[in-house]
Amino acid sequence: MKITIQFGGGVHLLFGNIKLHEIDLPDREKHWTIGDLLLWMTDNLLQERPELFLQDKSVRPGILVIVNDTDWELLGCADYVIQPKDTIGFISTLHGG
Amino acid sequence: MSLNRELETLKQEIAELKEKLNKKEQLLHALYKKQEGICTYNNILSTDEIVRYSRQMIMPDITVTGQETLKNSKVLIVGIGGLGCPAALYLASAGIGEITIIDYDAVELSNLHRQVLHSENDIGTPKVDSAFKKLERLNGNIKIIPIIDHVNSTTINRLLKATKYDVIIDGSDNVATRYLLNDACVLNNIPLVSGSALQMEGQLTVYHYKDGPCYRCIFPIPPPPQTVTNCGDGGVLGPVTGVIGVLQALETIKILIHSPFVLSKRFLIFDGIASTFQNIKLKQRNIKCEVCGDAPTITSLIDYEQFCGSSAHDKVTDINIVKPEQEIEILCFNKLRDDTLVVDVRPELEFKMCCLPKTLNYSYTKIMDNIGDFIKFLDVNTTQLSKNVLVLCRRGNDSQKVVKIVQSHLINHNINLYNVKGGLHAFSKQVDTTFPCY
Ligand SMILES: [Zn+2]
Repeated sequence: MKITIQFGGGVHLLFGNIKLHEIDLPDREKHWTIGDLLLWMTDNLLQERPELFLQDKSVRPGILVIVNDTDWELLGCADYVIQPKDTIGFISTLHGG
Repeated sequence: MSLNRELETLKQEIAELKEKLNKKEQLLHALYKKQEGICTYNNILSTDEIVRYSRQMIMPDITVTGQETLKNSKVLIVGIGGLGCPAALYLASAGIGEITIIDYDAVELSNLHRQVLHSENDIGTPKVDSAFKKLERLNGNIKIIPIIDHVNSTTINRLLKATKYDVIIDGSDNVATRYLLNDACVLNNIPLVSGSALQMEGQLTVYHYKDGPCYRCIFPIPPPPQTVTNCGDGGVLGPVTGVIGVLQALETIKILIHSPFVLSKRFLIFDGIASTFQNIKLKQRNIKCEVCGDAPTITSLIDYEQFCGSSAHDKVTDINIVKPEQEIEILCFNKLRDDTLVVDVRPELEFKMCCLPKTLNYSYTKIMDNIGDFIKFLDVNTTQLSKNVLVLCRRGNDSQKVVKIVQSHLINHNINLYNVKGGLHAFSKQVDTTFPCY
């Protein structure tokens, strides 16, 4: 299943400095939730310091998860079932001015 | 020396002229005010005000009623830096009746690329003073209230007790202040126009507006301090803070004139590289939110530095983690540096910007990625004569970490690492002021 992963607010630094990843999730019987995707990303995309991305099996505080321009909290958080061509964003909040 | 004297004389003369100019401008102001009065053709706005704001008033989105509302509005701008400057500039121009600006910092040379209200001759003076002067000159019809003070629970409580603000603008630069302003806005029922920027990205939203969420609804737990980057370390481009600050002014005006399309329950992400704006749909107010929920547990302002585990400013707090015998003073460093290996552990981009001659660059991040490789580098670059290595960075903090961590891996290598105390900042202050203290 082809999906797009997008990083913002500096999260890309943990993923080889690349902001946009076109990925192909392996086909399987069971559907893919974002919870599954987080684990897949940790094994396949994450390059360094996992504690700066994940905490207690979810994203660390201060990262917004966005599914096609919508906060994942409106869609069931980690239980959201990923659809083909979804764009899933991980955006760290900024604090500078 | 004569150049220095000439500089001093000029500075003195300019200061005197400025004082003179100030007095004349105040006189002119007073005369204008006397002459102005209320226009016989409108009950609230003066003749000048009608002409001045006509281009925005004749729009159906603003109208004369909207302009009158702006004139009667009070806005608090927290932080008069990269975001606060453009926001204040546009709000003052638009005729917001009363603008209070609060900030404790003084103007620095490294602020000027983005903090557009301050100029070269303001360096060293309070940001609030310099902004006040510019804004007052820009629009004499409105009231600007400058406050030089730290932003903390006490000062914010005092301000909000004395004045009923219609909107608060968050132009701060740290996590603790962001939570503080959020809670203060919820507890006093004031909309919060929140903006932030770093490098080429900006973010914008309005918190606690009607049934929209507050900052805590979206981010109940503060981010781990090590994931937060400030503008001094990460960098930021002026037009990026400019875009966000100007949009903060726009959202403020929209709130004041009761626009139905305020950026609440939405989160705007500006990517200056791709030139895109992404509009994220956020959730409603969280009824279990600790401050704006139905049964709030936070009912007065708390200690936000403690809550966030970080300070309420974006300055770097110096550390002290190496033993005195593993450090050398900057003057001593200056004598030794020609004959000793000096490793500058700043990021490569900073090293390329300015560096001491004959120093080698090996960044802190690269060292921590692979300490073994760094030790090989030290083996290659130290000589039989000297196994001493002087570790240097911007302020002397990362260099301490390197000395502490790497020295423990060097037991069989006969290499001694020394931290250069105070780093390049100390070098610039005590050895050569022409080295950029950035
Ligand atoms: Zn809330």
